[in-house]
Amino acid sequence: MSSTTVEPWSEDVACEIVSNIARKPGPVLRCLQAIQEKFGYVPAAAVAIVAQGCNVSRADVHGVLTFYADLRDTPPPSVPVRLCAAEACQAVGGRKLLRDWQQACEQDQNLADVTGVNEPIFCLGNCALGPAAMVAGTLLGRASVESLKRAVHHRGEGGNS
Amino acid sequence: MSIWFVPRDSAARSMGADAVARALAAQGETVVRTGSRGMLWLEPLVERLDESTGKRIGWGNVSVEHVADGSLDEASSSFLGIVEDIDYLAKQERWLFARVGVIDPLDPQDYVAHGGLAGLRASLAMAPDEVIEQVVASGLRGRGGAGFPAGIKWRTVAQTPARPHSGAHDSARPHKYICVNADEGDSGTFADRMLMEGDPFCLLEGMAIAAHAVGADQGIVYIRSEYPDAIQTMHEAIEIARCEGWLGAEILGSALTFDVEIRVGAGSYVCGEETAMLESIEGKRGMVRAKPPIPAIQGLFGTPTVINNVLTMASVPSILARGAAEYASLGLGRSQGTQVFQLAGNIARGGIVEKAFGVTAMELVHEFGDGTLTGRPVKAVQIGGPLGAYLPSDRLDVAMGYESLVEAGGMLGHGGLVVFDDTVDMAEQAHFAMEFCAEESCGKCTPCRIGSVRGAEVIDLMRRGVDADSNEVLLRDLCEVMTDGSLCAMGGLTPMPVLSALDNFPDDFRSHTGLPPQEVRS
Repeated sequence: MSSTTVEPWSEDVACEIVSNIARKPGPVLRCLQAIQEKFGYVPAAAVAIVAQGCNVSRADVHGVLTFYADLRDTPPPSVPVRLCAAEACQAVGGRKLLRDWQQACEQDQNLADVTGVNEPIFCLGNCALGPAAMVAGTLLGRASVESLKRAVHHRGEGGNS
Repeated sequence: MSIWFVPRDSAARSMGADAVARALAAQGETVVRTGSRGMLWLEPLVERLDESTGKRIGWGNVSVEHVADGSLDEASSSFLGIVEDIDYLAKQERWLFARVGVIDPLDPQDYVAHGGLAGLRASLAMAPDEVIEQVVASGLRGRGGAGFPAGIKWRTVAQTPARPHSGAHDSARPHKYICVNADEGDSGTFADRMLMEGDPFCLLEGMAIAAHAVGADQGIVYIRSEYPDAIQTMHEAIEIARCEGWLGAEILGSALTFDVEIRVGAGSYVCGEETAMLESIEGKRGMVRAKPPIPAIQGLFGTPTVINNVLTMASVPSILARGAAEYASLGLGRSQGTQVFQLAGNIARGGIVEKAFGVTAMELVHEFGDGTLTGRPVKAVQIGGPLGAYLPSDRLDVAMGYESLVEAGGMLGHGGLVVFDDTVDMAEQAHFAMEFCAEESCGKCTPCRIGSVRGAEVIDLMRRGVDADSNEVLLRDLCEVMTDGSLCAMGGLTPMPVLSALDNFPDDFRSHTGLPPQEVRS
């Protein structure tokens, strides 16, 4: 479900993506989302392509790119980990899980590199089974440092459950 | 061999439902993937059709090991008996969630066999005005939080002529839009997600009814990116609905032509605010618009637009099928019908409870929810999401309804209840409310953009014991400015969790929590 298989940046492919969307109503955000889905991030070079394709200024595209938390201008970690930082997960030890996870990543540089430690997320809709987390697009309930590590290793070995 | 039912709901999958389904299938069993019954503490909750009674019997917290060692029998400690007889379910009034957890969400025959399309058929036999009058008469109000009467909104859109997109040539085709807000960003709420994953055709049916009622030709469901399963299920449901003639040209042989597409959010909480959502669908930054003009008159691309929350829109088919009077007879005062409550946070039995308005928070938290997961006393319950009030445990006798919660100093919001035990530091929660607002503010208005940053700083000072009295005065003053001066509910309601924490748990703000004063940021 998640876009963990990404392609290396290609201007031609980006132009093609943009030209397919640019004529639809309200295309800028959709172009950026489609580029990120393809390449894992939105490289700086994509801004001008989207601007030209959609007939808006580069400033407009930059404005959209920097508004949305999902959109990133650097490549993502190979197995991104996202811990829910919202209230329902706070109520069942979400803050402690974050501290413990950060500590585990401090002790294991490889784990930190592979996961990028954590990109906080506000609510995954799993609020009755917190703390919730998402590992490379896979949702975990009642997450612990152990279950996070298991999910990371599973994904690292090409698992997909 | 038997027929087994295993949820495909993402909450069930997060507890290992996929592996259980695979294990059953590997043994040659027939496995139907359904939505979740909403008894989330029991997930994965696996059911089997009992041939002798025709009822489904279930097992809770099932693991692959249970399947492998053949222990899924009536002697098992995880055996639950007949699922629909479980107290938690039997005591509910499932109206909107009647099919969720029962049917295969992407099986059109299953949908129709369980009452699907009855509402759309009934509405297509009526004039558009009659459909609107039914929705008005049902008393259905917005379930997204604002509580505006859905029928009145529809009437406004129906009376406004369709328009071409703003900026387009006058000769361009005129449109009206049906937009469903599925940007369910409130912590402690997941009913929109469960409905989209468990009964997606119901939402599409509601949208088609709305299109008929107001004369719209286009529908958009704006789903947050944090819900990949819901996005996938809705995409598949739309494809199937087109094949079945439930969307597209001449729906069910009528004159109605209407199609739906999905737009995916990009990680912005404020895009759940309806005008910010419109901006986002238009591909722009999710900046809140000033009202008027209201979206019903000038909404998406400047056209008349119905915007309803998932639960509001999905309530419509059953209202049309069963009659507005029956729906309106449920509830409390002007809060008519049922609400899908979501029990979340530190709660022993979290999940979905659909009840008529009027049930108390006490009943929900203690009778349905069985208190905290940790077994410690309840200290506070936050009702209605990150912008809702923290109610102390001795004030949970409040009846759940739009007006009754406002009288109690809170709000219904999207119907979520997040329970905290006595280890919670309410000053920390108040601080988080301000931080969250600072993080998610669209930045258009000053009270929200700057007020939230200052609010977090002031609470920080109070927690460090720096001029606590004068800082409390400052905080209250700031909250008043945010409440009165913000453009939308983001800045306007952030003071609600902050002040309810301060008013109900003043000691937490004066305990100094061990934070040294010298570390105060200047």
